[in-house]
Amino acid sequence: MTDQPATEPLATEHLVEVRDLTVDFPVDGGSTVRAVDGLSFDLAPGAALGIVGESGSGKSTAAYALLGLHRGTGAATGGSVRVAGVDPLGAPEAELRRLRGGLAAMVFQDPLSSLDPYYSVGDQIAEVYRVHNRVSRRAARQRAVEVLDRVGIPDAARRARSRPHEFSGGMRQRALLAMALACEPRLIVADEPTTALDVTVQAQILDLLHELRAETGAGLLLVTHDLGVVAGSVDRVLVMRDGRAVELGPVAEVLGSPREEYTRELLDAVPRVETARREAVELRGTDQPDETDGLDGLDEPGDDRPVLLEAVDLRKEFRRRGAPTVNAVDGVSLTVRQGETLGVVGESGSGKTTLGRMLVRLLDPSGGRLVYDGREIGRASERELRPVRGELQMVFQDPVSSLNPRRSIGESIADPLRAAGERDDRAIAGRVRELLDLVGLNPDWYNRYPHEFSGGQRQRVGIARALAPRPRLLVCDEPVSALDVTTQAQVVELLGRLQRELGLSLVFIAHDLAVVRQVSDRVAVMRRGQVVESGPAERVFTAPQHAYTRRLLEAVPVLDPALSAERRAARAVPALEATG
Amino acid sequence: MNGLSRFVLRRLLGMVAVLLVLSVAVYAAFYLVPADPAQLACGPRCSPAQVAQVRDQLGLDAPVWAQYGHFVQGIFAGRDFGTGSASVHCDAPCLGISYKTGEQVTTMLWDRLPVTASLAFGAMVLWLLLGVASGLLSVLRRGRLTERALTALTLAGNATPVFVIGLLLLLLFCAYLQWLPFPSYVGLTQDPQQWFWGLLLPWVSLALIESAKYARLTRSSMLETLAEDHIRTFRAYGVAERRLVTRHALRGALTPVIALSALDLGTMFGSAVLTESLFGLPGLGKLLVSSVAIVDLPVVVGLVLVTGFCVVLANAVADLLYATADRRVVLS
Repeated sequence: MTDQPATEPLATEHLVEVRDLTVDFPVDGGSTVRAVDGLSFDLAPGAALGIVGESGSGKSTAAYALLGLHRGTGAATGGSVRVAGVDPLGAPEAELRRLRGGLAAMVFQDPLSSLDPYYSVGDQIAEVYRVHNRVSRRAARQRAVEVLDRVGIPDAARRARSRPHEFSGGMRQRALLAMALACEPRLIVADEPTTALDVTVQAQILDLLHELRAETGAGLLLVTHDLGVVAGSVDRVLVMRDGRAVELGPVAEVLGSPREEYTRELLDAVPRVETARREAVELRGTDQPDETDGLDGLDEPGDDRPVLLEAVDLRKEFRRRGAPTVNAVDGVSLTVRQGETLGVVGESGSGKTTLGRMLVRLLDPSGGRLVYDGREIGRASERELRPVRGELQMVFQDPVSSLNPRRSIGESIADPLRAAGERDDRAIAGRVRELLDLVGLNPDWYNRYPHEFSGGQRQRVGIARALAPRPRLLVCDEPVSALDVTTQAQVVELLGRLQRELGLSLVFIAHDLAVVRQVSDRVAVMRRGQVVESGPAERVFTAPQHAYTRRLLEAVPVLDPALSAERRAARAVPALEATG
Repeated sequence: MNGLSRFVLRRLLGMVAVLLVLSVAVYAAFYLVPADPAQLACGPRCSPAQVAQVRDQLGLDAPVWAQYGHFVQGIFAGRDFGTGSASVHCDAPCLGISYKTGEQVTTMLWDRLPVTASLAFGAMVLWLLLGVASGLLSVLRRGRLTERALTALTLAGNATPVFVIGLLLLLLFCAYLQWLPFPSYVGLTQDPQQWFWGLLLPWVSLALIESAKYARLTRSSMLETLAEDHIRTFRAYGVAERRLVTRHALRGALTPVIALSALDLGTMFGSAVLTESLFGLPGLGKLLVSSVAIVDLPVVVGLVLVTGFCVVLANAVADLLYATADRRVVLS
C-alpha cells in the first residue's frame, strides 16, 4: 500500500469516504448529463448503508464509482472517493484491480446476465479468486466450492461444475454472493441484489447477506429502489433524487420520521401489505351499503353484484416434445363479479400469467369451463368470440415492449377500434382523444411516439388502448411492477378511478402482495398452477388460512427495521431446527 | 444425451428429404428441357439410327417418372444401361455415365473430391486462423492505429475477387520470386510435402478473402459480448482487460464463427470453380466447368447433387456445433 497512515488519517477511520462526487455522462451533441451531483457520504468499517431512490436518481451510478467502473466509459467523474484506502477514480490500473473484488466486491442485479454463460459457476469464481490470490487452479476451484457451500448451494462440489443457466434465479444470486465472498472483501456493494427474485427467495438472500456480514465483518453498501429491503438490512439510509442526496440518517429515523418532504412522499407511495386498502371503505360506502357482506367467505353470498366471468376447473397444459408436460394452470376455479377487483398473487412460475391470458382467451384452455356473461367461451371458436373480444381486454406488464415503437400512441390506441370495424377516421380520432383524456394524458399527444413518454405514461397509453373497445373486464398482468413507487401509486389510483367511473371488473395479477392488497376486493393466491387460497382481501391478508400464504406474507419486507429484525429472527429459528 | 441424438436423427431425415427434392428438381431441369438427351449423348454427327440406339441404351424411351425411378434406383442399388452384350453395369451409388468419356459419374466425382476437399479444408483452417486472429487483434487494439489498419485490410479483402489475389500471388511467388512451384495437385497419401506446397497458394488466396469476413464477424461479436453484463462483472472483480477479451469475449464470439465456417465449407465444394480453374486444380469445380461446356448432363447432375449434399450436411453440422457450443440453444 502506498498510503501513509500519518498523512491520510481518515483512510483508517472510514471504509468508504465520498466527497462531492459528480458523474457526468456524455450525450449526443457533445453536452453532458449530470447523473450524480455533489454526493458525500461515509461508511465505517463493518457498517451498512442503503442508498435508495427511484430510477434515474443516480444511486447505481454512485455505487459504480466506488469501484471505478466509470473509468474508460466516457463518463467524467469529479470529487474524491476513497475505498479501503484506495482512490478508485485515480489509482493506477494495478491498484484499482486489487481493489476490485479484493477489497470491495460488487453484487449485481440480474444474476443470469451477470455470469458468463459459457463457463461453469465454479470456474468463474475460481478465476476471480486467482486474480487476487497466487494459488493453483486446483486450490482456486476448492475455494469456489467452499464459498458456494457457504452460501447454501446444496452439493456444492458437484454444482460448481454447472453453468449459470442450470441454476435457478435464487441459486444464481447465491453464486454471485459466493463470488463476492471468495476474496474476503472488506466492502460488499450490492446493486439491487434481490430485484429480480421472488419475495420468498428475496427474504432468503437478504438473510444470507445479513449472516455473511455478521460472520466476515464486511461493510455493505446496498443500492435499491425498495424501501422495505433497506429497512431490514442496513444501519443508515441515504435517499437520492436527481443525483443529489435528499436525506441521510439512521434507518429507523429516515423511515420512521423523515425530515424531508420527498422522503415522506416516497414513503407514502409505498404500498403496505400490513395496512388495509385505503379507498375500500369509500368504495363500499358508495356502491355497497352493507360493508360486512364482503367478509363472509369465498363466494360472498352477500355480494349481489352479478357474476361476469366464471372459471371452473380451468386447465392449461404445455406439451413439448422430449419434455414432460407442464401443467401451467392446474384446475383453477374462480369468479369475477361486475365492478369488483380480483387480485391474483403468486411467485414466478405459479401460472398467474397463463391464467390471466386464458381469462381473456388469448390462450386456449386445455380443459375446464370459462363462462362469460352466461355464455361458455372456453371452447368458443374465434368467430364465436368476435362479439365479446372487445369486452375482454388485457393490460400488459412491460409498457415499453407492448407498444409498437414505430407507431404514434394515437394510432396504437386506435388499433382495437379499427379491428372492431370502425372506419370513420374522425370518429376514431375523437374516441382516442377522449381515451387519452380519460387516462390523464393530454389529448393533443395523439401523434407522439412511445419513446417520448415515461414508463408511467406509457402504461397509461397501454390502459387507454385496452379501454378503447369499451371492455367490461380488464385483466392487468403486473401492470405496475416495472414502475417506480410514486408512479406505481398513480397508476393504481387511475385503475381504481376507471373502475368506479366505468363499472369495470378488474383482474389484477401481480407478484407484489402489498400492491394487490391495496387494489383488490378479493384475492386468489396461486402456487404451482393452483389456487391455494382465495377470499376477501381483508381476510386473506389478516387471517391467511394456507401455510403458503402465511409464508409469502412473512417474506414481504416491512418498513419498520425493528419488526424486520424480529421477522428475520423468526425465520432463522425454523431454519436452524431444520438443519440441526 | 437424448435430446442431441434425437436432433441428429431429425436433421438426417430432413437432409434426405431435401436431397430428394433437389434430385427431382435437378433431374427435371436437365433431362426434360429442352434438347434431346440422346442426341447430346450420341454427338452431333450421329445418324438417326445411332441416336435411337443410344436412346434405348440409356432408357430414354421409358416414361419420365420411370426414368427418374431408374435414376434413384441406380443411386441406391446400381443399374444396367442397355441390354444384352452391349449392356454396361454401373455400380451403386450410380449417378449415370458420362456422355463424353463413358466413365461412371460416381468414379469421376470420387477422383476429384479429394482435390476440392483438400482445397476447402486447408483454406478453412487458414481463414479461421487469420480471421479470428485479426479480429481478436483489432479488438485488443481498439481505438488505435492497428485497428484502423486491420479494418482497411479486411475491407480490401472483402472487395477483392479471388482471381485478382490469386493471380497476383502467382505472379509474385511463382513467376517473379520463384519461391514456390506453380500449384498442382499431388495426393496427400502420395506425397504429403508436395501436396502441401502445391496447395499453399490456392489456400492463401482463398483464406485472404474469406478471412476478411471472419475478422469482421469475430470483431463485431466480440464487441457485442464485451458490452454484456457478465463482462462488467469480471471487470468489477479486477480481471484484466486483456483476459476479458481473450477468455470471455472470444469464447462468446467463437460460436457464430464456427457455425458460419461449417456453412462456408459446404458452399466451398460447389463454388471453388474460380480458384480451381485459376490454379489448374483438377477438382469438382473444374469438372463442372468442363462438363457444362460440353453439356455432359449426367456429370452436371451428379455434381449438383453432390455439392447440394455438402451444403445440406454443412448446415446440419453448423446447427449441431451451434447447439453444443451454446447449450442454452434448444435443439428444435
